Amino acid sequence: MNITSAKYCINLDTNENQSIKATIDGVEMFVPISEGNTHYDEIMRQVNAGTLTITAASN
Amino acid sequence: MSTLKVNTIESETPNVTIADGLTVTGVGTVTTLNTTNLINATQLSNRNMIINGAMRVAQRGTSSTTSGYGSVDRFQHTHNGTDEAPTFEQADVASGTTPYTLGFRKSLKVTNGNQTSGAGASDYIYISQRIESQNTANSGWNYTSTSSFITLSFWVKSSVAQEFHGFILSADGTRKLYSFSLGSLSANTWTKVTKTIPGTSDLQFDNDNAQGILFRVAMFRGTDATGTITQNQWGTFDTNVRYPNYTSTWYTTNDATFELTGVQLEVGSVATPFEHRSYGDELQLCKRYYYDMTTSNSAYSKLVIHQNGYFQHPQIKHPVEMRAAPTITFSNVARRALNGSGDTSESISNTTSAKTSWTSYPTNTSNTFQTFIYDYPIKFDSEL
Repeated sequence: MNITSAKYCINLDTNENQSIKATIDGVEMFVPISEGNTHYDEIMRQVNAGTLTITAASN
Repeated sequence: MSTLKVNTIESETPNVTIADGLTVTGVGTVTTLNTTNLINATQLSNRNMIINGAMRVAQRGTSSTTSGYGSVDRFQHTHNGTDEAPTFEQADVASGTTPYTLGFRKSLKVTNGNQTSGAGASDYIYISQRIESQNTANSGWNYTSTSSFITLSFWVKSSVAQEFHGFILSADGTRKLYSFSLGSLSANTWTKVTKTIPGTSDLQFDNDNAQGILFRVAMFRGTDATGTITQNQWGTFDTNVRYPNYTSTWYTTNDATFELTGVQLEVGSVATPFEHRSYGDELQLCKRYYYDMTTSNSAYSKLVIHQNGYFQHPQIKHPVEMRAAPTITFSNVARRALNGSGDTSESISNTTSAKTSWTSYPTNTSNTFQTFIYDYPIKFDSEL
C-alpha cells in the first residue's frame, strides 16, 4: 500500500478530526478514523514507524 | 464377536434390515441413500467459509493489473517485482470441461506478463482470500483439536506443467502456517485439489471482524520467502520461509495462464460438493467488504442540505452492514445552481463513515442553495 499523502478532515460542528483524506496507490480516498479499517490501520502503522505524517486539518 | 468378510450383500426381500449399531469406519460409497433421519458431521448449508469461491461476482471490474483488489470480489491479487504486470480477470470456464459440468461458469484467470529480467528474489504473484476471524471461530471447527478438521478444495488449471504451492495462515495469536502443494499439474488440464487440515493446540481465532484465516495460492514466489519447509502440517509462521523453493517456469513464460475456481473451505474431513449459492446471495456477502454506487448514467445528482453554514448530504445506509467503517472514494463532484446553469468543479472536505451508513460534506460553504452532482461510481471499501 503506497500512501503518498494524508491529511485530517474535521467535523465542522465539533472541530474534531473525523476522517483522513489520503492518497493511496495514486487514488484520493477518505479514510475513517476507525481501527479495523485496513487503510487506517496501515496509515497508523506508517505513522508509528515514522515514515508518514498526517497533516493537520485546514480550518 | 465375529468378522464377516464378503464382497456383496443382496436381499431377497426388498430390504436388508439392520436393527442398530451399524458403524462404518473409513469412507464409504453409497449410490442412493434413503434415510428417515440424517445427522451430518458437515453442515448442509452455509458451510463454505470462502466467499465468491465460484468467481461469479466482480463489482470492481472483470479485468485488472492492479496489485490489490480489482477483479473478482474478495480475491486479492498481488504481485511484486514484475517487469510487466500480470492480468487478473474473471474468465469463462469452457463448456464441456469439468468443472463446467459441475456448474462452474467463471474462474479467476491470471495471465502472466513478460518477465524479461527473470525471477528475482523478491518477485511474486499470488491470489489470496482473507476470512474474518469470527467466521472461523463460529464455524464449528474445534480448531485446537488434532482430530477436528477443515477441508480445502478448489479447481485449478495452468498452461504450464509445474508444481505450485499455497498455504493457510492463521493470523491471531502466534501466527501458524499450513503449507501445501497443488501437486504436479499437467498443462491446460483442470485438476481438483483437496487438502484436509487438522486443528492444532495453539491455533487461535478471535471472535471479531479482523483477519483470521488467510488462504493463498502462489503462481511464483522468489527466494526471499522460500526454503526448507515441511508441508501438510502446521508450523510457526516464518516470514522468510512460506513455500518450498519455487519452480520459476510459469513465471518466466510470457503469457502463461493460471485459473482458479470452486474454492471451498469447510468444516469436516471430507470435501463435499461445492456449495453453489445464488448470485444474489453471493453479491450480498461480497458487499460486506466492498460495493460501489453506480449507474448506467454518467452522473447522478444528490440532494444536499445546507445547514449551519455548510452543506451536507443526507446520511445514506449501506446495503448491508459492512465489516468495518469503509474507506470512501469519490469520482468527480460538481456544483450546479438551482436554475440548472453551468457546473463548477467541487471537492469533498470531509466524510463520516460507519459500518452502517455514510455522509459527505462538499467544501463549498456559500449560503446560496445549490445542487451538487456526484459522478458515479462512489466506492466503499472495508476489505481485509
